[in-house]
Amino acid sequence: MSSAENSSAQPVAVRVDKVTKTFPNGETPTYALREASFEALSGQLTMIVGPSGCGKTTLLSVICGTMEIDSGRIEVFGNDLGAMTDAEITGFRCRNVGFIFQQFNLIPTLTLIENASVPLILQGWSYRKAEEKAASVLENLGLGKRLRSFPKQLSGGQQQRVAIARALVHDPRLIICDEPTASLDAKTGHHALELLKQSACRQDRCVIVVTHDSRIFSFADWIAEMEDGRVVKSCPAAEYRHA
Amino acid sequence: MLRIALLMLFRDRAKYVMLVVGLTFCSLLMTQQTSVFCGIMLWTTATVRNIDAKVWVFDAKVEQVNEVIPLREIEVTRVRSIPGVEWAVPLYLGIEQARLSDGSFQNVQLTGLDTATFVGRPMEILKGHIEDLRLPDAVIIDQVGVEKYRKKGIKIDIGTAFEINDKRAEVVAICHENRSFLAQPYVFTTYDRALQFAKPQRKLLSCVLAEPKPGISAKELAARISAVPGLRAFARDDLFWTTIRWYIKNTGIPISFGTVVIMGMIVGIAIAGQTFYLFILDNLRYLAALKAMGARMPTLTAMVFLQSFSVGFVGFGIGAGLTTLFGYKVLKLETPPFFMPWQVPVAVAGVIMLICSFSALIGLRQIAKLEPAVVFK
Repeated sequence: MSSAENSSAQPVAVRVDKVTKTFPNGETPTYALREASFEALSGQLTMIVGPSGCGKTTLLSVICGTMEIDSGRIEVFGNDLGAMTDAEITGFRCRNVGFIFQQFNLIPTLTLIENASVPLILQGWSYRKAEEKAASVLENLGLGKRLRSFPKQLSGGQQQRVAIARALVHDPRLIICDEPTASLDAKTGHHALELLKQSACRQDRCVIVVTHDSRIFSFADWIAEMEDGRVVKSCPAAEYRHA
Repeated sequence: MLRIALLMLFRDRAKYVMLVVGLTFCSLLMTQQTSVFCGIMLWTTATVRNIDAKVWVFDAKVEQVNEVIPLREIEVTRVRSIPGVEWAVPLYLGIEQARLSDGSFQNVQLTGLDTATFVGRPMEILKGHIEDLRLPDAVIIDQVGVEKYRKKGIKIDIGTAFEINDKRAEVVAICHENRSFLAQPYVFTTYDRALQFAKPQRKLLSCVLAEPKPGISAKELAARISAVPGLRAFARDDLFWTTIRWYIKNTGIPISFGTVVIMGMIVGIAIAGQTFYLFILDNLRYLAALKAMGARMPTLTAMVFLQSFSVGFVGFGIGAGLTTLFGYKVLKLETPPFFMPWQVPVAVAGVIMLICSFSALIGLRQIAKLEPAVVFK
């Protein structure tokens, strides 16, 4: 931890300890993460911020187990990802992680309800039950009348809401958001974050948002700043904004 | 996830239609051409199928049924003397020239049947009576002849007279026979009369038809007869396949049809493989998202194979259906050759599924290489 310790009463949801990740680049490897350390608590919205190329997305990828690390340790809700097999990590992700991607990655040939029910179907739910659950989540997000629409028939903000519904539908304990406002205008981005904060933040859930959009810092409970593959500052959001 | 896979495929209409059209074309080409090839091969064996005899005895040099090297008349007696022969009768087979009432000529396949027994008689008499073959100048002509003459404006019916090698022949019955390779009408008469119609030669017996005694198989009897110098005998089934093999080996027919079938395969692989690969590439980002969300490789593999096999089944179904429709129309016309044994659609379905598997594997290679983290890029 480079700055203030995350010493809230909330349990630690994600612990990243001296993680190093390199990418091969000729004879000299490129360091994406250099002994990065970081913690995120349950019940909080944690933002990872920093300039482009500082390693934010790589950090996000290793936290959710989609990328292997060279050294260090990552714990998610007490599970050491390094000790798990690929299949175990995939299963863990399926049950415990919800994703909101920068480009939304909604499958264009599926309707909103079908897109939102994918995480449940991956867990083995029946299509009928999965669609019932997805419909209720989409209704809560104000898309009840567009259930059978296709993503391309929606605005960017509406697509973002579908992506949020897909991330929440299976009640994951960890929500990962990669630049959630990058494809949206300021107003829509603000609204999407409001919605995310309202619907995703819960005592037993950790939300991690990677962004370089300073306009949405106000939604964060905790902010970790990265630079050159290291977490150089980690503190409550209010403290970060005042600094 | 399999339903999701199908929805992803069916709703990408442009690629779905392209894939189905490609595989339909491939399936149509392979099934239709193979069926026409089988039809032609079947035509080559028309004589074997038209004449019902268990054992056929030829000159030792004969390799297939359409090749006639005349035997001496004495060979009938020699065959009868071989142990295991229940009976043996002579048969005349020859291509003769028939002259019609308008002076035009038509080659016919003249078949001379044993006068006493009519062994090898036509299987289906459409009009008239087989017994009338004993009347003077009597011949039976098949429906191919009737149709050919009809196209020339001449109506053939019972009582119609024409000439075979300048000798008068009169139609006493009309029969239905399998069409021959050269599409010449079959004309049946008695053996003795056939020899009168035939051009004079030193030897005129084409072959001997034999029946094994009870308890002796046709193959066994054929082997016994073949042991006699100067004779070669075939069981009916063996003669059928020997004839087909001879045409495959000695004519360009398999090469020309095989080329088209291979072209069909190449077209199928090119269109289906490429389009399916593009379909996978287009969906790679979403497949990576599914991977990130927890879809395992076996799940994605099942999805891709299901998508591939779905288009395969639909394409094959339409292609085979169109071929069947073609065959139905053709068989009604009875002009072009067409025969689709069950092995043809089964083999084509197998080839189509191989093409689909190949296409799926190309796509899966991309998916297997895909890091789920790519969705964050």
